Amino acid sequence: MRTGGAQENSSGSVIRCARQIPFTDMIEVQGLVKDYGSLRAVDGVSFKVNRGDILGFLGPNGAGKSTTMKVITGFLRPTAGTVLVGGHDVTADPVDVKRMIGYLPENAPAYPEMTVEEFLGFIAEARGFRSSAAKAERIERVAGLCHLTQVRRQTIETLSKGFKQRVGFAQALLHDPPVLVLDEPTDGLDPNQKHEVRDLIKKMSAEKATILSTHILEEVDAICTRIIIITRGKVVVDETPDELRARHGGARLDEIFRELTQTDT
Amino acid sequence: MSQIPPLFKREFLGYFRSPVAYVFLIVFLMASVGCAFFLGRFFDSNIASLESYFQFSPWLFILFVPAVGMRLWSEEKRSGTIELLFTLPVTTLEAVLAKFLAAWAFLCLAVALSFPMALTVAYLGDPDWGVIGSSYLGCMLMAGAYLGICSLTSAFTKNQVISFVISVFICFVMVLLGWSVFTDFLGGYLTLPSWLVDIVSNFSFTTHFSGFVKGIVDAKDAVFFLSLAGFCLFLNVLVLDR
Ligand SMILES: Nc1ncnc2c1ncn2[C@@H]1O[C@H](COP(=O)(O)OP(=O)(O)OP(=O)(O)O)[C@@H](O)[C@H]1O
Ligand SMILES: [Mg+2]
Repeated sequence: MRTGGAQENSSGSVIRCARQIPFTDMIEVQGLVKDYGSLRAVDGVSFKVNRGDILGFLGPNGAGKSTTMKVITGFLRPTAGTVLVGGHDVTADPVDVKRMIGYLPENAPAYPEMTVEEFLGFIAEARGFRSSAAKAERIERVAGLCHLTQVRRQTIETLSKGFKQRVGFAQALLHDPPVLVLDEPTDGLDPNQKHEVRDLIKKMSAEKATILSTHILEEVDAICTRIIIITRGKVVVDETPDELRARHGGARLDEIFRELTQTDT
Repeated sequence: MSQIPPLFKREFLGYFRSPVAYVFLIVFLMASVGCAFFLGRFFDSNIASLESYFQFSPWLFILFVPAVGMRLWSEEKRSGTIELLFTLPVTTLEAVLAKFLAAWAFLCLAVALSFPMALTVAYLGDPDWGVIGSSYLGCMLMAGAYLGICSLTSAFTKNQVISFVISVFICFVMVLLGWSVFTDFLGGYLTLPSWLVDIVSNFSFTTHFSGFVKGIVDAKDAVFFLSLAGFCLFLNVLVLDR
């Protein structure tokens, strides 16, 4: 009973905040530019993501995918351009934006000396689930979703790469956010887990706006409703996988990808 | 500010999740008690006070506070967890304060663990508890000022060694400014006017700490330590925000 009450309280607030937002454009990126010193990593990127969309973010190494995501999540400040998440401007009210986003950074960083349970507990508290019942309920849910139950009491530094990745994914899902930003979510996972993570993303996608970057083109085919390809910080493709294939005479995605980005490598 | 408790808790408990805390506490106690016994002639002085213990605190802190403070931001930057931290719904100020307060609490714990020294003194003689209390207070406030500097320098680099070395250097200068040998040098050899020497030594940790050890709690000294820490943390926020 006690757990049930807390569940209603804690998840209720998150869902309410998701439903309050009248925008269908959950993410709106307008003319985004990001410089690192003299290097222009992102050069005038614009796109929108609606609720229900799974946006596949493709591009060769160093194209600016991770940088774009870091700006959207409020970690880096844009050099120019605007990013709106659920109607909030990232530069003006970063904390509101961060509340709405579940973010899996590249390589899934986590505090190595903590156990999985302690780490997820910390994230839960920082996300506003302070009572021990609400916290336990959140951890229980994501540990189940990401198959972490067997390593709950293991310190993160002793986990294998795939398990570390799952901890990062679990952390991003913990508050059931209306926006998911996932930087190479299936990197390092075994084939079964890859499959499972894709299923999970797809299952959750109706209620959320999702951006994921990947180097696995079959993944895009399997789950993405839209593709954006960027090279050298510029968007070269923004359409559905089917449209893209139709426009290129039914070629395979990897051929199209190579054709569009080969000047880079 | 509501986000401070979870960040504080993670940071503070983090010290005890690795051997860092235990190694630090033990070595710090051995060094500080050792200084009091061997350099300060704790027993020979035959006075029931902790002055011989506390007179070395400014010097010990030069090494020990940077050892705690160097990892505050450098570690987060190197391991990439800073990306995690700053995509949680926290402001930079909250994160800076939470981490600072956690490290400060840890240093206060290290200082407080010398309390058996006070009990020894009380067993052997009849110390002035007011003086002992003010010494502990001053020591903890001073630790906060050192830590502010270390927190700031660690925000500049992902390399803990660089952060440590720069912190040690700045803290050393801050102690040196008030050291009698140095002020005598300024006044004697360089024949600087005494008002100038006073101004220089006014920026030193030792100058503001000496009152506390004698049992004089002067608000000016407390304000010096707190405002130095506050100013460093303010810069710390700016550095992280850029
Ligand atoms: N902190 C940084 N300082 C300077 N340059 C950076 C920094 N981070 C990234 N870059 C540069 O910005 C460009 C874009 O990097 P980014 O990490 O966004 O690429 P990516 O598309 O995610 O590549 P990958 O597929 O390899 O993950 C690269 O040229 C990279 O060298
Ligand atoms: Mg990347």
